[in-house]
Amino acid sequence: MHAPSADPQFDLECRQVTKTFGDFTAVKEVSFAIPQGSFFSILGPSGCGKTTLLRMLAGFQHPDQGDILIKGNSVLSTPPNHRPVNMVFQHLALFPNMSVAENIAYGLKRRGVNKSEITERVNDMLFRVGLPDAGSKQVSQLSGGQKQRIAIARCLVLNPDVLLLDEPLGALDLKLREQMKVELKHLQEKFGATFIYITHDQSEALVMSDQVAVMNTGRFEQIGTPQQLYYEPATRFVAGFVGESNRWQGMVQQCGEQGMVVQTETGLNLHLADSQSFSAGQSVECFLRPESISIALGNMSAAGENTLQGTIDTVLFDGARSQLQVNIDQSNEALNVALPQTAEFRGVRKGDVVSLSWSANQIQCFGV
Amino acid sequence: MTVTNPAAFQNGGKLALLLLISPLLLWLSLFILLPHVDMVMISLRERVAAREYAFSWSNYSEFFNEPLYWRTFLRTAMMSIIATLLTLLIAFPVAFYIAKIVRGRFQVLLFTMCLIPFWVSELVRTYGWMILLRETGIFSGLLQSMGLVDQPVEMLYNDVAIMVGLVYTSMLFMVVPLVTTLEGLDDSLIEAAYDLGASHWRVIRDVVIPHAMPGIVSGCIVVFMLTLGNYLTPTLLGGKDSLWFTEQIYTQFITRFNWEQGSAFGMLLLILSSFIVWAGLKLSRQSFTRVMT
Repeated sequence: MHAPSADPQFDLECRQVTKTFGDFTAVKEVSFAIPQGSFFSILGPSGCGKTTLLRMLAGFQHPDQGDILIKGNSVLSTPPNHRPVNMVFQHLALFPNMSVAENIAYGLKRRGVNKSEITERVNDMLFRVGLPDAGSKQVSQLSGGQKQRIAIARCLVLNPDVLLLDEPLGALDLKLREQMKVELKHLQEKFGATFIYITHDQSEALVMSDQVAVMNTGRFEQIGTPQQLYYEPATRFVAGFVGESNRWQGMVQQCGEQGMVVQTETGLNLHLADSQSFSAGQSVECFLRPESISIALGNMSAAGENTLQGTIDTVLFDGARSQLQVNIDQSNEALNVALPQTAEFRGVRKGDVVSLSWSANQIQCFGV
Repeated sequence: MTVTNPAAFQNGGKLALLLLISPLLLWLSLFILLPHVDMVMISLRERVAAREYAFSWSNYSEFFNEPLYWRTFLRTAMMSIIATLLTLLIAFPVAFYIAKIVRGRFQVLLFTMCLIPFWVSELVRTYGWMILLRETGIFSGLLQSMGLVDQPVEMLYNDVAIMVGLVYTSMLFMVVPLVTTLEGLDDSLIEAAYDLGASHWRVIRDVVIPHAMPGIVSGCIVVFMLTLGNYLTPTLLGGKDSLWFTEQIYTQFITRFNWEQGSAFGMLLLILSSFIVWAGLKLSRQSFTRVMT
């Protein structure tokens, strides 16, 4: 990945990019390469440096160290108005004093494309984003989702090597956001351009991306497919940030060929499959996803390496994403458990007794 | 009982509204409307004998028949327009710098520095320029000590001195509306234009100026009005030959006790400034209500 010779199969490559503001390091030695035509997301909490990174790719900020290559050529000395990248801004930044068609034509005009070709390409672009009649409208006449598509069309009409998107769905309401997620993914596939999408919303990143980089305090914690991030988190931060988890702080009690036992601060003994990288007496943090826990009604002993009894404390009903908060008898702590969508769980209520179980390989464990 | 009667409530509301706007109405009618009506009436009469007056257009025809009057009139208008445009040219970069480039305390400091000259009276400020520009003044002395000239230079009492004074006096009234509108400009619009390939000049032309247009027009209106009606600066910096129209009005009222002629000149100045503001709004395609709010 860090071959010294530039590899043009990557649309974009960052090498050890670092940016500091005074004493604060916003981006620290970030390296990655994005293959042509893929949807790449940078996911991180606010203030993790992802916007700074994106602004460096666009050229609005200059890295203190490292190199940025587009199609194998360094663009560090190229100002933003000459870089083959375009950016969709968080609040879209459509020009309010221009019509929709003028907005889309703006970049082409600046490149000196002749008038008839501009008209043709603008109309073609409007058709491709599904708004063929919107050209003569004013920006203020469009709905949120339409503005979104025009902002993307305004960039894509220039055939950029890389399209940068700075949380453009943040301003939309929930329903529209869900819809635009799918639409963005389709647009990216249709145009075959490389999209770099930054967001703090993991569902956006997971749904749309081919590859996701999880960023925290200026560094990349892990780069991988959405599945890898979810099922095989590489670090404690990724395990805690992507998806929901029940967490325990604890200490390794036994460590052997068949697995290991971790005693949590709350007093539970957890059986884990992984034992390679740990030793007895080590402090660890364990993560268990709510949907990895099998739940059964009543006080029966269930199968699985880990079994617990508990009573339902709260039912958090949210359709398909409903959860139960179960108070564990043994340790007097609450665990989040996904509510199965089967008929027998339709009538669960507070105070019902349940049995929980999960197999040893469901728990992710990281040294502290 | 009283609450359930909507008519009574409405009457009460009307009374409250009347009371609230009565100071404004009194102000407008007593100090603006009445004097102007009186001025129109005075300007349309002619003294035929002691304390005897007759209706006449002669004060207005005098203006068109005497070249000195209408030439001064046109000169004042032209100089005011030039002063307004110069003020805009100088104030725009200043306002852009304050509104968009500096941040935090330095921004407040710069803004205050624009304001500080206005803490002293216009008279003192103009004397400041006289100290700099007069024959025995600082600039003249500096040029002599540098050996660029071999005798004192008089820089006062010409059109350039008037222009310098007028622009200096008007700066704040241009900077304030410009800073206010430019602060409302979303930085990402500027960045978006760069990102789409625009040069610096195109960004200013396509994004910054259209956004700042209401501020530009309202600043220009205020500066133009102040300049056209300015008396002190042209007189002090331009001397006897400054030929500013307000001086003509002053002469008619105070020196010649010809209130009829003075009133006619006053009305003409009002009509002129209204016309130029109207033309400016038409040219810039701005509506008065949008510019003034």
